[in-house]
Amino acid sequence: MSDLDQFRQETREWLEANCPASMREPMSESEIVWGGRNAEFPNPDSKLWLERMGERGWTAPVWPTKYGGGGLSKDQNMVLQSELKRINARPALFSFGLWMLGPALLEFASEEQKLKFLPQIVRGEIRWCQGYSEPGAGSDLAGLQTRAVPDGDDYVINGQKVWTSYADEADWIFCLVRTDTSVKHEGISFILFDMATEGVETRPIKLISGSSPFCETFFTDVRVPQSHLVGELNAGWTIAKRLLQHERTSISNFGAVTGSEPVPLEYVARNYVGLTKDGKISDASLRDRIAAHRMEDLGFQLTLKRVAMEATQGSGPSAASSLFKSYGAKINQDRCELTVEAMGAQGLGWAGDAFSENEISATRQWLRSKGNSIEGGTSEINTNVVAKQVLGLRDHQ
Amino acid sequence: MAMILNEEQNLLRDSARDFVSDKGPVSAFRKIRDEKNADGFDKALWTEMAELGWAGVIIPEEFGGADFGFQGLGVVLEETGRTLLPSPLVSTIVLGSSALMLAGSDEQKSALLPAIAEGKCLMALAAEEGAHHAPYAVETAATADGDGWVLNGSKCQVLDGHVANQLIVTARTSGASTDRNGISLFVVAADSDGVEIEALSMVDNRNSANVKFANVRLDASDALGTQDKGADVLDAILDRGRIALAAEMLGAAQQVFEFTLEYLKERHQFGQPIGTFQALQHRAVKMFGELEICKSVVMEALTAIDEGREDVPVMASFAKAKVGDAMHLISSEGVQMHGGIGMTDEHDSGLYLKRARVAEHTFGSSAWHRDRFATLSGY
Repeated sequence: MSDLDQFRQETREWLEANCPASMREPMSESEIVWGGRNAEFPNPDSKLWLERMGERGWTAPVWPTKYGGGGLSKDQNMVLQSELKRINARPALFSFGLWMLGPALLEFASEEQKLKFLPQIVRGEIRWCQGYSEPGAGSDLAGLQTRAVPDGDDYVINGQKVWTSYADEADWIFCLVRTDTSVKHEGISFILFDMATEGVETRPIKLISGSSPFCETFFTDVRVPQSHLVGELNAGWTIAKRLLQHERTSISNFGAVTGSEPVPLEYVARNYVGLTKDGKISDASLRDRIAAHRMEDLGFQLTLKRVAMEATQGSGPSAASSLFKSYGAKINQDRCELTVEAMGAQGLGWAGDAFSENEISATRQWLRSKGNSIEGGTSEINTNVVAKQVLGLRDHQ
Repeated sequence: MAMILNEEQNLLRDSARDFVSDKGPVSAFRKIRDEKNADGFDKALWTEMAELGWAGVIIPEEFGGADFGFQGLGVVLEETGRTLLPSPLVSTIVLGSSALMLAGSDEQKSALLPAIAEGKCLMALAAEEGAHHAPYAVETAATADGDGWVLNGSKCQVLDGHVANQLIVTARTSGASTDRNGISLFVVAADSDGVEIEALSMVDNRNSANVKFANVRLDASDALGTQDKGADVLDAILDRGRIALAAEMLGAAQQVFEFTLEYLKERHQFGQPIGTFQALQHRAVKMFGELEICKSVVMEALTAIDEGREDVPVMASFAKAKVGDAMHLISSEGVQMHGGIGMTDEHDSGLYLKRARVAEHTFGSSAWHRDRFATLSGY
């Protein structure tokens, strides 16, 4: 038996013994475990599952063991993921720390910082939020104005962030601050601090789709030790960009992670629009557009697979991966639009008994999906990046 | 699922690319067109291609082929698509040899496949009867006559019809004119008495012919496959054709994209390359994205044939529609982004635009295949 086969067998046995039965059921969004000081567990099994996975480092399978990770090779991790998938195991932890901050810390943080922060992330003890966008700095993120001014051993931070997901529930923030006002990109630093620090205030944002995890976050004379700066002073932009790559990947995969399979469009159309005698969706134009959408979606899924295979062949990240974020957004938006269209008036209700839970949810998802091409970098910015970095087209002078 | 090429396929791609750029660049196609070559392709070059094993690439070794599968053939078609190199690959190899491999008797296979693999026998599929793709709309009739058949009717859009030695013909042996049941296939020698072939001049300068059958006498042994059940075989042949054509279109679309992207970097207006303008950058990224999707779809569809999967029909309609739309977009943008020079005959953009529209139409348009995709998917 090869080492990998051996590993597969051991993994299978461990999961069999340690993954509670209820953690192998599909989950809804309300059952997601985000961890943190005030972690909520929808049932005791999800707490147990996180503890067991965290202890083994398998929430961060490829991170080094000295930082709490699983220390697995790429191949071993593929085995682990396939075994988790085989039993339909839920992710033990959803975490910006795992998806975004952790990889950046591994690359840029001091040894001391890694030892302090990474194990907490692995075990889901600290929940992180991301302080990037500001009212005046969206697509042009490097135009951010939140100031960090040295004062003794500290920085004093003043300013405002916006679209800070779950800021009202997070324990710590990784934040971009301006440490030099005379230059743009070269005057930004990357700093970590506790959201419980005096002077931090958050306010939730209500969206067109209703309530949301987004917040406005205000900093008034927030004192942060200088030792919480990651990387060099004024070198935060490099870290920020790298982290955005991780964010874009996690956004494009988010639907797959929650395992929440939306009702296939053809069923919606069948129920709300009806079928012709020979079994076709009776609205021929809608049927054609559903077929076109299904092809887009399938083509995208095939491309995700192809790129994953190319990556394991060691040919490096494929150029196609740069497109995932904007393609994923477009496909989800199209699906939502077609669903609402197929439901007719039933897809346009806001609340009340006249509409089913599925119908209300379709309406809200449709509205929410409009943000897919804005958050984490707009699709226009994503397209600019592909034009420049993949196609080699230069900036307009 | 094999979404990436294996070593053998990579080698085949490299040798095909070398061969095509050396012997079959776009200028070779122009020469054929401008010299009004009656064959519509370079017969000597076809012999060389056959010597490289391309004619037998999907034919089993026992019949003199290389048995490299459709993934291998796809690699070759992508490369010939890049330079618009005309050859009987689709008509003879994809359609003709598939028909024989799918439904041929041992005698038919032994008689024709080795000659096809050697590049000596050319085939054509005579199935269409109207301007729009409608494979079951068959009025051409085969009537039983003694031990054999008598064939009457006419066909159009017969690829390589006027150079073919043998025709695979769909004919009605029972049922009404649009019934899927009641269609049978026959192998008809092109020089049979009563066969009249008229070569057409098409916008892409590829071969296409109208064929008439007037009291053509056929032996019982000329029937291909099961009587009245020819549509099953026809669908399978056409699905292979659709996927193969998607591979060829993918090659052509990639070529247009690449030379257009180069042009965006070279052409200066307002003191800078036009590729610095965001209006063009975003459209270039759109094309790039569609090509990346198409690469995955074509590879998956070719693999489906080689693995004998049940979803070949779905994949065929998927690939034909998706790549057809991408080809449409990219071939049009190829002309637009080149501006005035793109409108001239001297520039290659127009050649790809012309080829694109014919290929999009052949074996069913994108809209036709979305309809079929929906039907096959149960809605």
